Amino acid sequence: MKLKKLALAAATTAALASAHAQISDNVVRIGVLTDLSGVYSDVSGKGTVVATQMAIDDFIARDKPSFRIEMVSADHQNKGDIAANKAREWFERDRVDVASELVTTSVALAVQKIAKEKNRIALVSGAASTRVTNEDCNDVTVHWTYDTYAVANGTAKAVTKTGGKKWFFLTADYAFGHSLEADASAVVKANGGEVLGTVRHPFPGSDFSSFLLKAQGSGAQIIGLANAGGDTINSIKQAAEFGVTPKQSLAGLLMFITDVHSLGLKVTQNMYLTEGFYWNLNDETRAWSKRFFDVHKRMPTMVQAGQYSSVMHYLKAVKAIGTDDTAKVMTQMKKTPVNDFFAKGGTIRDDGRMVHDMYLLQVKKPAESTTPWDYYHVRATIPAAEAFQPLSASKCPLVAKK
Amino acid sequence: MTLFGVSTQALFGQLLLGLINGSFYAVLSLGLAVIFGLLNIINFSHGALYMIGAFIALLGLEFLGMNYWVALAVAPVVVGLLGVVIERTMLRHLYKLDHLYGLLLTFGLALIAEGVFRYFFGVSGESYSPPEALQGGVDLGFMFMPLYRGWVVVASLTACVATWYVIEKTPLGATLRAATERPQLVQALGINVPVLITATYGVGVALAAFAGVLAAPIMQVNPVMGSNLIIVVFAVVVIGGMGSIAGSIVTGLALGLIEGLCKLLYAEASAVVIFVIMIIVLLVRPAGLFGKQA
Repeated sequence: MKLKKLALAAATTAALASAHAQISDNVVRIGVLTDLSGVYSDVSGKGTVVATQMAIDDFIARDKPSFRIEMVSADHQNKGDIAANKAREWFERDRVDVASELVTTSVALAVQKIAKEKNRIALVSGAASTRVTNEDCNDVTVHWTYDTYAVANGTAKAVTKTGGKKWFFLTADYAFGHSLEADASAVVKANGGEVLGTVRHPFPGSDFSSFLLKAQGSGAQIIGLANAGGDTINSIKQAAEFGVTPKQSLAGLLMFITDVHSLGLKVTQNMYLTEGFYWNLNDETRAWSKRFFDVHKRMPTMVQAGQYSSVMHYLKAVKAIGTDDTAKVMTQMKKTPVNDFFAKGGTIRDDGRMVHDMYLLQVKKPAESTTPWDYYHVRATIPAAEAFQPLSASKCPLVAKK
Repeated sequence: MTLFGVSTQALFGQLLLGLINGSFYAVLSLGLAVIFGLLNIINFSHGALYMIGAFIALLGLEFLGMNYWVALAVAPVVVGLLGVVIERTMLRHLYKLDHLYGLLLTFGLALIAEGVFRYFFGVSGESYSPPEALQGGVDLGFMFMPLYRGWVVVASLTACVATWYVIEKTPLGATLRAATERPQLVQALGINVPVLITATYGVGVALAAFAGVLAAPIMQVNPVMGSNLIIVVFAVVVIGGMGSIAGSIVTGLALGLIEGLCKLLYAEASAVVIFVIMIIVLLVRPAGLFGKQA
């Protein structure tokens, strides 16, 4: 008996002593792999590097970890193969522990696969497709900020419920656009609406007048924009030009605050959209965003705020268990709720989806906006349980196994 | 009443839109055709210079309060001068070499220009409003026609016809054409050929800037607006016949119409229809529809 106790004590001491040694080479390396020069560089880009650095600085100042933290960043140019090469180099040669951000679906899918192979962690913030946590899910990936289901669901449901029953879709003709359209159509129909038609436009496009004219002639009340970035921006601008709006309303299925900023309130006013974060929600979000603004000179998008949140959650998990071992960190991250300025009571599900509240927003009229970047009315908070695709509909093998 | 299974109303609307886009293609491909026809340079920086034209309008308004009409005059002049600098300092060294070198140089310049603008302005770009006088639109019965789009057609066709007239019908144009075919002979007649060539390049890129200002109120002004368009415009030039002035104008308009029709009938193919036509034309008439067969 005595011997047993002694052995236990010895084992405990040994475990504590080795806690430091369990951080590989005593450095935690975070890689930010993002689009630094292309179409998504305003939505994610350099702002996500800024956000990551803020998370690291804040963590060091507050939690005083015994290990060092380093950040590396790279531009993947929205190409899956470039991203895959970089991720391999980071994991194999540079001993990077986590690859993060990963905007655009092709990049996220490529890197999460390599992370699994190399037993490292992938934190996805910018990519949109629900595939990340469905067909392609794995146990080393967390999808943090939003996905096509969450944004399409929020906006389409709200618009249909407030009387916008007849829809017409303007869809970017590639996988992402199709998936956004499918998600939104399902929601429209489930809420008693109908889809009168759809037009698939080439990606990327610059003149949308022909497609808008079709939508105009369709008799729909709502034109759903199942596209993103520059395509959405030009669609909205030209809809105003051709007198499509305000007779018919537009619903942006994937829009970011930088899109609204770029277009101005005059053409975007009254549009509904869904985001996972808005800087002007409460004192906490305003305080964080102000600090971000001071460095980046632009208010954060949800991707940039989510990036901070995910990196912080990761670092806290590493500190709590004293190791950067992938499986242990993932268990700790899933066990701990996410509570910060970005999410309240957020949880990471088995499929890797971080579920948190989403916000249904409506763009203000120019006269209602009192300060710079004051763009949205928050029309509803969509609770975490409803915001994301339910696990019952999941195609993720990790969920099916249970 | 229906035609091709669509109402004639929709058909008219789409054809009109096609004409509007076609007039953009015409102005841009005209500039390229002038530069290629007279300098033998494949000017890949054309899209970037078009983008710079739009940015001059935008920044002029923001920082100098320069209105649209002034921008329409100022941007081509500024970009034309920029073109003069490019020609004098870089392009002129390449005339004796293969076309490919000019293409590579201008492509590099385009990438640099885009990179610089992206660094300062991001990729989302900014909105530029049409001038007061051209806001709103008229109901044509079959479609709502924004006044500004109507103006675009008028302005670009005027620019095209004027350019064509100068080159094909005036003594200056005759001298220019002579200078490119027999430079030494023309030089011997006491005409300063290098200056003519520099000026031609300047005018060619000024047309790009003019199109850029015309496009600013329609499309979001952003650093990649030119590269999105330039490939299509090159296809137009190839179809029309490299270097053919009238050919580039007619082809630009015609392809705009065909593209518009395609958007109506089968939108998914609208991005490739021009290239399909290009391939067919290259197979049947390698020098282009209006080019001189070698």
